[in-house]
Amino acid sequence: MKSKKIVLRFPATSADQPLIYYLVKDYDLVVNIIKANINPHKEGTLIMELSGANYEQGIEYIRSCGVQVQPLTEEIVRNHDRCISCGACTAVCPSGALYIERPEMNVVFDGEQCIVCQLCTRACPVRAMEARF
Amino acid sequence: MGVQKTYAEINERIRQGKAVVVTAEEVIQLVKTEGLTETARKVDVVTTGTFSPMCSSGVYLNFGHSAPRIRGHKVWLNGVPAYGGIAAVDTYLGATALPDDDPLNSSFPGEFRYGGGHVIHELVAGKPVTLKVWSYGTDCYPRREIETEVTLDQLNEAVLFNPRNAYQNYNVAVNCGSRTIYTYMGMLKPHMANIHYSTSGQLSPLLKDPHFRTIGVGTKIFLGGGEGYVAWNGTQHFPSVQSGPAENSILAAGGTLTVLGDLKGMSPKWLLGASFIGYGATMVVGIGIPIPILDEEVLRYAALSDADLYAPVVDYSDAYPNRKPESLGLLSYAELKSGWVTIKGKEIPSAPLSSYSKAKEIAEILKDWIQGGKFELTVPVKTLPTPADGVVGKPMPDKGTSGVK
Repeated sequence: MKSKKIVLRFPATSADQPLIYYLVKDYDLVVNIIKANINPHKEGTLIMELSGANYEQGIEYIRSCGVQVQPLTEEIVRNHDRCISCGACTAVCPSGALYIERPEMNVVFDGEQCIVCQLCTRACPVRAMEARF
Repeated sequence: MGVQKTYAEINERIRQGKAVVVTAEEVIQLVKTEGLTETARKVDVVTTGTFSPMCSSGVYLNFGHSAPRIRGHKVWLNGVPAYGGIAAVDTYLGATALPDDDPLNSSFPGEFRYGGGHVIHELVAGKPVTLKVWSYGTDCYPRREIETEVTLDQLNEAVLFNPRNAYQNYNVAVNCGSRTIYTYMGMLKPHMANIHYSTSGQLSPLLKDPHFRTIGVGTKIFLGGGEGYVAWNGTQHFPSVQSGPAENSILAAGGTLTVLGDLKGMSPKWLLGASFIGYGATMVVGIGIPIPILDEEVLRYAALSDADLYAPVVDYSDAYPNRKPESLGLLSYAELKSGWVTIKGKEIPSAPLSSYSKAKEIAEILKDWIQGGKFELTVPVKTLPTPADGVVGKPMPDKGTSGVK
């Protein structure tokens, strides 16, 4: 089963709940946490890959706990007006989401492959890559 | 008898709208199919292009006199310091200048989000820029402080004046060390996990005229979207041409240009502020240079392809910072552009810092200008030092001790 990359936004009230544990135990889902910023009594975000037969039920469960769930692809944004297709991001990108189309030598961003490591936002000299959370 | 053309003949054809102009990419195929002599007969001009970070860039400007007058001793534009060591209301803003309150690398690696190049971009875009001037006050220039807003239109002069641009060829950078390093060649991962290069290869102006047969003082060029001129050789102009590993290939290096042009005729599209994490701010400059095909020899070099042009690979964790003359070998631009190269048996993903697609756009624009009769070629008023002159770089005389990061 293809895993989906999602962003969870935790309200301050549920930041101390072991929600991921229940996703695994009760819904038998496979989780792969890419990035997390969770602190007790504060709003938090968590980015992960999720897969399993009970995917929809699992999502329904965490939504019922007050957590917002969004697909990840929208989270790293390429500003086409700023991008000059230099290529400085392409060998830095670990997932192949940013690559050069040959022979035109234009830089392409494939959001499906992006793991939101944000290396491109640091490597881009003209700040064309933005992380939006 | 070989093909011989003069600038006057080529310009006459440009005026008549009959000049045959091709880009440095297009000419490669043309020579392959039609041969050198036939192509030299047919083609009048080959256009080149590059769109790369070029740190040795800046603008000098004159912002006019206030009443009462002020003699700028310290000058800032949008908080970025400019040089106050020339006449009262003249200043020079460098592309790599940083605001006084920039955290620099104190929290490593620093971001360097805004610098002189960004200010120049905003000026060209017609945006208002805050001008702050401080002085000590004199009898003839009594005012001590001023803070105002200026736009490009309001300045008397604004001249892009770049002491070293259009580097002929450049190191290919790799990191043999064990931690990520942040360089002007971008972010380099440890253990040679990525490799960066920074010229437009077969489109690069000085790689296509490595003996400086046609590019000299006074050559009119595409600069930042407007017209500019070659003013002199660039700083660190140490041209050399050696044979490359493949047949008829070359390893050219070291040629540079000082260029200038009226900023008021340029475009924000082709002058962009840039930030290199952990290194600093700079400016991406668009340059295109026409090469008149005076004879077959000029064409032979103008038609060299990525496979014929080589660059040296340098370790930026040790050899470069410590100025050790070591190279990890040579790579052709064809290899570099393919996206994967092999060094010491290791396959490494390669990436450019110089935009090939924008360089091509510049070569196309320049081609249109010439074909449209808008842009004629200039005869250099003085030739630049060539590889035959054997100019070599002098190291800094180091007479003291100093700390290292």
